[in-house]
Amino acid sequence: MSPLRHLTSPANPLRNPLDQRLPHVAGPCGMVLFGVTGDLSRKKVMPAIYDLYNRGLLPPRFALTGFARRDWETQDFAQIVHDSVREHSRTPFNEDTWKQMAEGIRFVAGDLGDADAYIRLAETVRDLDRDRGTGGNHAFYLSIPPGLFPVVLQHLKGAGLADDSADSWRRVVIEKPFGHDLASAQELNRIVNEVFATTSVFRIDHYLGKETVQNILAVRFANSMYEPLWNSNYVDNVQITMAEDIGIGGRASYYDGIGAARDVIQNHLLQLLALTTMEEPLSFNADDVRAEKVKVLRAIQLPRELGKHTSRGQYSAGYQGGIPVKGYLEEEGINPESLTETFAAMRVDIDNRRWAGVPFYLRTGKRLGRRVTEVAVVFKRAPHLPFAKTAVQELGNNAFVFRIQPDEGITVRFGSKVPNTSDFQVRDVTMDFGYGDSFVDASPEAYERLILDVLLGDPPLFPQNAEVDLAWDILDPVLEYWATHGKPDQYVSGGWGPHSSYEMLARDGRVWRRP
Amino acid sequence: MIRLEDTSGGAVAAAIAEERRRIGSPATGMVLTMLVLADEESQSDATSAAVSAARQHPMRILTLIPRSGKETRLDAEIAVAGEDGPGEVAVLRLRGELANFGNSVAVPLLLPDTPVVAFWPHNAPPVPADDLIGRHAQRRITDLAAEPDPIAALARRKAGYRPGDTDLAWTRLTPWRSALAGALDQPLGQVTSASVFAEDSNASAVLLATWLNKCLHVTVDLVSSSGPGITEVRLETHEGALTLSRPVGDKAMLSRPGAPDSSVALPRRELASLLAEDLRRLDTDEVYGEVIASVSI
Repeated sequence: MSPLRHLTSPANPLRNPLDQRLPHVAGPCGMVLFGVTGDLSRKKVMPAIYDLYNRGLLPPRFALTGFARRDWETQDFAQIVHDSVREHSRTPFNEDTWKQMAEGIRFVAGDLGDADAYIRLAETVRDLDRDRGTGGNHAFYLSIPPGLFPVVLQHLKGAGLADDSADSWRRVVIEKPFGHDLASAQELNRIVNEVFATTSVFRIDHYLGKETVQNILAVRFANSMYEPLWNSNYVDNVQITMAEDIGIGGRASYYDGIGAARDVIQNHLLQLLALTTMEEPLSFNADDVRAEKVKVLRAIQLPRELGKHTSRGQYSAGYQGGIPVKGYLEEEGINPESLTETFAAMRVDIDNRRWAGVPFYLRTGKRLGRRVTEVAVVFKRAPHLPFAKTAVQELGNNAFVFRIQPDEGITVRFGSKVPNTSDFQVRDVTMDFGYGDSFVDASPEAYERLILDVLLGDPPLFPQNAEVDLAWDILDPVLEYWATHGKPDQYVSGGWGPHSSYEMLARDGRVWRRP
Repeated sequence: MIRLEDTSGGAVAAAIAEERRRIGSPATGMVLTMLVLADEESQSDATSAAVSAARQHPMRILTLIPRSGKETRLDAEIAVAGEDGPGEVAVLRLRGELANFGNSVAVPLLLPDTPVVAFWPHNAPPVPADDLIGRHAQRRITDLAAEPDPIAALARRKAGYRPGDTDLAWTRLTPWRSALAGALDQPLGQVTSASVFAEDSNASAVLLATWLNKCLHVTVDLVSSSGPGITEVRLETHEGALTLSRPVGDKAMLSRPGAPDSSVALPRRELASLLAEDLRRLDTDEVYGEVIASVSI
């Protein structure tokens, strides 16, 4: 018997797990996109589909159907997709690839609440199965405000579009926000799960699709030199920062009333925290990774005195990188009395053996010094320094920093002797690993990875109900406290947030890193 | 570009380090060293393909060119990270007797503790893994299509195969294999026989036929066509034939029983992109090993 034989999959004799050259290509399928004119659709989703197509990771007869209340023909929608691809795709535009992809584009015009439109959509999908060979496999990408989910989902169900079968699948893709508190998140889950089974729901948290975020797990669990230090014996504190230099831009209607904590801490920062602190999963399959994430999220404790260990702010007018910018309350479409925070910081603790006593500081904000996301693990100082005090005056804490974006990579900070013959001096130096320096194979966009995973039905990178609920469980008391205590502090645009955020760390005898 | 005449391996290494410091990027994230074992005729194309592949895999490229001549000496041309890409290149001409001791020039120039890849654009030795320089490399890349008699060379490659060898004739098949595997993701009836149509003396076609035979356990006929390269693969089933054909250009047509035809991109790729694919994984290509061992010529 050939040794290859037992390794080839029974379903497809040409696939072999040892064959590392063959890319993992999605099977026959199509995607229906709701909210085709939104920023996200045009800047991320459509270009990602083209890039996947261009990389040969989608089946040649993939179908993309747009659904919107527009008086459009298919070619009008194709033109929108074409323009978005031309402008935003990561891989070079190739006319042949585009032509091939364009053959699979369809458009269904109709109101989101019009049952007849969904019947037309169902016909279109059936036609695609026949003409394009999509095999009954369809993903519905809801790039629309969550308030519209119930009506769309109910109509999908009504038209039979959500019915999968033994040999075909139906999936739904939703974007954040996944609710605005625990109760609304659970209500959203209920509405979605009424129509699609939990395993068919893919929540896109684009952070989890980033190579650098997945690399947290690789660095921690594929190496032997970090994990022994990854605990309260050596770690002094952990700082997770996601800073944006931009303001709210045109998102006033979305942002006001939501704020930084709901927008970023609830999903991105708590996911980063979970990946940084979770125990080693049994395996990297979705259930095992989720089990560990859920465990550590459940161990998170909020400080008793929320007023002292949280901070929130609103950017005020100033200069950001040399450009004059408005304050939040002066932005167009924002209520000048708004209490929505554009900066949020909080301390959490993790009550388990590994992390007891280590404070975790989460912060995010708009109009901060620069655009940066990082996870910094700050180590304790050496218990004893056998040097003269002057020798180590300039030595800070060692740190291990995952640079999530931009300039993806890892920085390690440690002390090194300054070359000098007259006196002995130790100073901080950094050792850098740049993702782009060592693996220039242009990291795919997070959306490419995630959309492909949706089509492959590979769920490890998608948060499920339990994680979403737990994250709200953590955040809700803070939001309630803020709602009943005062208002956000003003902070100058272009800096690193309100004074209260510095005080919050000073109370613990610590300081923020400047990211 | 820096020229060093009548120099040594150590001096070349020092010159590269100095040049790095001068342009202000002493820290490098280079992931491997590539040895290009070429002659004057092939070195330029092979080196520039490697430089281009270095955009995806930052690496130190050492092109070693044996030259005849009475005088024994080493001449080097060095270029470090710049507009051409992030890697570093040293083109080393080994004159006179030194041509037999390329080993001694290469060793001080290998980046520490990172993989080494050897690439012979043509004229690969009978057992690449036993070659004086090839033995430093865990990945050895050859190209059957560049040999004067590819089929005879295929027999040598089979005899001289050691784990870690790959050949660009195999790399060129990836889009074909991927398209065929994709086609079979949708259940197709039992395949009863298969044929590969290609021009004569095409080593890739032999490898493709062998791979299909090993996976599908059916007789695979190799049918002569006028090319270029492989023109069609045909899988016979009881319901009819699945064919993937590429008569010209980059576009192939896939037809299967009971389904509409569809076009599939099967690009003919440049050397640089083939090398880049080969460098993506540096562990043993076990499937290639199985296939080359089963080739019957």
